[in-house]
Amino acid sequence: MSEGVLRDVASLVVRLAIERGATDAECTIAEGDEFSATVRLGEVETLKEAGSRAAGLRVLLGKRQGSSYTSDLTEDGVSQMVDAALAIARITEEDPFAGLPAPEELGQITVDLQLAAPDVAQVEAAARIDSAKRAEATALAADTRITNSEGASCETYSGCRVFANSRGFLGSYASTTASLSVTPVARQGEEMERDYWHSVSRSWAGLEAPEYVGQKAAERALRRLGARKIETCKATIVFEPRVAKSLLGHIFEAVSGESIYRKSSFLLDKLEQQIAAAAVTIVDDATIPGYFGTSPFDDEGVPSRRTVVIENGVLKNYLFNTYSARKLNAHTTGNAARGLTGAAGIGHGTLYLEAGSQTPEEIFAAVGTGLYVTELIGFGVNTVTGDYSRGAAGLWIEDGKPGYPVAEITVAGNLATMLQNIVHIGSDLEFRGSTCAPTIAIRDMTISGK
Amino acid sequence: MSQLSNLFGQKFGLTERDLERYLSEALSKGGDYADLYFEYLATSSISLDESLVKSATQGVTLGVGVRVLSGERTGYAYSDDLSPDRILKAARTAACIASGPATEIKAGLTTGEKHDFYPVPILAGETPLAERVKLVKRADAAARAHDSRVFQVQAIYADSVRHVLVATSDGRLSTDVQPMARLNVAALAREENGVPQRGYAGGGGRVGLDFFGGAHSPEAFAEDAARQAVVQLHAVDAPAGEMTVVLGPGWPGILLHEAVGHGLEADFNRKGVSAFSGRVGQQVASPLCTVVDDGTIAHRRGSLNVDDEGEPTQQNVLIENGVLRGYLTDKLSARLTGGTSTGSGRRENYQHYPMPRMTNTFMLAGESAPEEIIKSVKNGLYCSNFGGGQVDITSGNFVFSASESFLIEDGKLTAPVRGATLIGNGPEALKYVSMVGSDLKLDLGIGVCGKEGQSVPVGVGMPTIKIDQMTVGGTR
Repeated sequence: MSEGVLRDVASLVVRLAIERGATDAECTIAEGDEFSATVRLGEVETLKEAGSRAAGLRVLLGKRQGSSYTSDLTEDGVSQMVDAALAIARITEEDPFAGLPAPEELGQITVDLQLAAPDVAQVEAAARIDSAKRAEATALAADTRITNSEGASCETYSGCRVFANSRGFLGSYASTTASLSVTPVARQGEEMERDYWHSVSRSWAGLEAPEYVGQKAAERALRRLGARKIETCKATIVFEPRVAKSLLGHIFEAVSGESIYRKSSFLLDKLEQQIAAAAVTIVDDATIPGYFGTSPFDDEGVPSRRTVVIENGVLKNYLFNTYSARKLNAHTTGNAARGLTGAAGIGHGTLYLEAGSQTPEEIFAAVGTGLYVTELIGFGVNTVTGDYSRGAAGLWIEDGKPGYPVAEITVAGNLATMLQNIVHIGSDLEFRGSTCAPTIAIRDMTISGK
Repeated sequence: MSQLSNLFGQKFGLTERDLERYLSEALSKGGDYADLYFEYLATSSISLDESLVKSATQGVTLGVGVRVLSGERTGYAYSDDLSPDRILKAARTAACIASGPATEIKAGLTTGEKHDFYPVPILAGETPLAERVKLVKRADAAARAHDSRVFQVQAIYADSVRHVLVATSDGRLSTDVQPMARLNVAALAREENGVPQRGYAGGGGRVGLDFFGGAHSPEAFAEDAARQAVVQLHAVDAPAGEMTVVLGPGWPGILLHEAVGHGLEADFNRKGVSAFSGRVGQQVASPLCTVVDDGTIAHRRGSLNVDDEGEPTQQNVLIENGVLRGYLTDKLSARLTGGTSTGSGRRENYQHYPMPRMTNTFMLAGESAPEEIIKSVKNGLYCSNFGGGQVDITSGNFVFSASESFLIEDGKLTAPVRGATLIGNGPEALKYVSMVGSDLKLDLGIGVCGKEGQSVPVGVGMPTIKIDQMTVGGTR
């Protein structure tokens, strides 16, 4: 369906809900087309092509709320969705804080945010296959020890999101994504190691060259060969950007208004306090044209904005949707996020740690001895207590340089202490997704090994 | 021809002849095999927070996925519209994976014998909403009544029913109706001016509302969540380094899921990228260990009458007395390796093609009394509850995160320990299993497994086991 038709459907859903007795209503519609090609050992492995769309509705009956969704956007389908939301709202209880944003809070950014690139829709299937084949071929040719591959994948996505509510908001935007990745396998004797490189862009032209993607992936897999488990010790940990950004994800959870009103955050009651090293500034910005965290409005129809979360180590702001803001007598920061349905949760725009001045090489030299972490696995992070313990792999830093590979170890600490112990921040910030960080060094963490 | 007798016939007028037409279109450019996966999923959920039923949702999604196999190649397309022209368009798109003369489909679809592992007299989704609301209210009250230090409770009840129909170009037609229900409770406890601690519990399966009584009552889950949160209030820092670890029965079976299960999925092994590739017949665990994956256990969350390729599920022995016996296989991997499907082809929904996945994975009981196992450890860690886990199937390194554990000192459980990640290597870790308990338990039914972006419900299970050497990722 065209964006215009989807806007009409969203408006109709809201109107139907009000006609049938809702006090307020909001409707989200998402539509998308996905195309993907995967290639393995030079041969096409899968081709996938499809489009889908679905709608979600939230209604309020006074201070009660109910939600529903459907993938059937026919007249009958949306009518049933409206009835379902109204029916289920009757079993919920009155929540004095439930409701839509105030009318004056609604709105959207009207400048072109460059979220949709015209070249994505024009990519032919053969071009996706060709990119994936070239990336994998480069990886396989990089070294005789690259003996196998889990394959390479090239995907494009074009989508559209529409939001309407009963306070007069109607907005929509299109977005596109292109991505290319390859996962080669390196072998040395009995040992096998894999790694990957992933390039993602709003436009097809913005993707890194397939040969670059293949070369990076091969280098990463190769440097893991010969991995050792090391002795349990305390050390400075240097997180490369790809893993450093996961720390921002944990901070996001801890500053989200939901965690704050539930008192389930290690950053509760810490506003205006020095919670991190003075060099740490973390910003959430959903307004930067072309970035992955950008949108003209949030999922409640509030304009996107820039919010400083931590400035020079001081906690400045929590991130709110309308509900959590009302619970805490604050105002929404335009951070409402939801799939299609239900009360909105909280999300972020482009959440990033501001770059420092040192190159990664300068950081290794300054650290002298420590662990350079290039992969983290597992879910051992508790943002209520700050307890942090994850599986890791990387390179041991000796004499100021990354040396032999290390695996089958964990790195552990507590997020509250880790934030204070950030001793170096790299200059190598790149915006590759919606959370972004440069290289970070944190002193005095525990490595658990032999 | 008359409409099919299932939901897709009744609601959408689908006939056997339609299915044959779509399959023929899918093979119109050649290829070895095609299948259609029709899905209709209806869900409802009710959430409670701060003692209020704040929100509830119900919804329906439906669609059909068309797959064409040609050698090692897969063509896939789907439609969320079940009108014939849209399905034919999806079939033509998937067909493009092949390029040759049309392949004839087998004439006539036959329905095989069908399991009935989860008969549910009344679907949870068809019971009055008020009955389902009571479950979250009761959980809230019980968690708060358990201990005055409990100050936040969240409870979520969710149910679904999935209707599926799989039709294949080799002439099989399978249908299934797959119910699911689950109740989760999270509690936060705090002492005055202290750091809050969290506890989780829950359960469910392919069950109706009658499941939520006795050991599965909202009160039982709520009290367990509250108890875990309260125990953590006085937890000590977790130790760091290699030590003896005892895993309790039930959910700690997630060890098997991460350490061996994923590594034994046939796609990784066919491609030679798993740490277990080429190791059938080799000793990969201590002789005390026998590990199976079984999709046929009544009412379990990971069970299926037929897998998502229409194949009946079965019990598959993965490791027998420590020796690797076989892999979990879908139709594609079976075709390419000359084997047969183990009923392990699963997918998240119609938007995805199937791949080999686990169902319910567990270790068979041994002979040791659980208390003897704990008594045999001088210094170590006893883990009774876990959060999630993850594995790098190529190196074999895996982690899983203990959410409730205790120190073992002189054969006795002593101080509770804060959360920590355990790490090991798949083909090595189970070689250190030195005792296996007689107390096999399956988990309570809340597991979700992710692979290549697709989530499916799974079960795990284990008796109490002792692992002589494992790395614990604490700070002390």
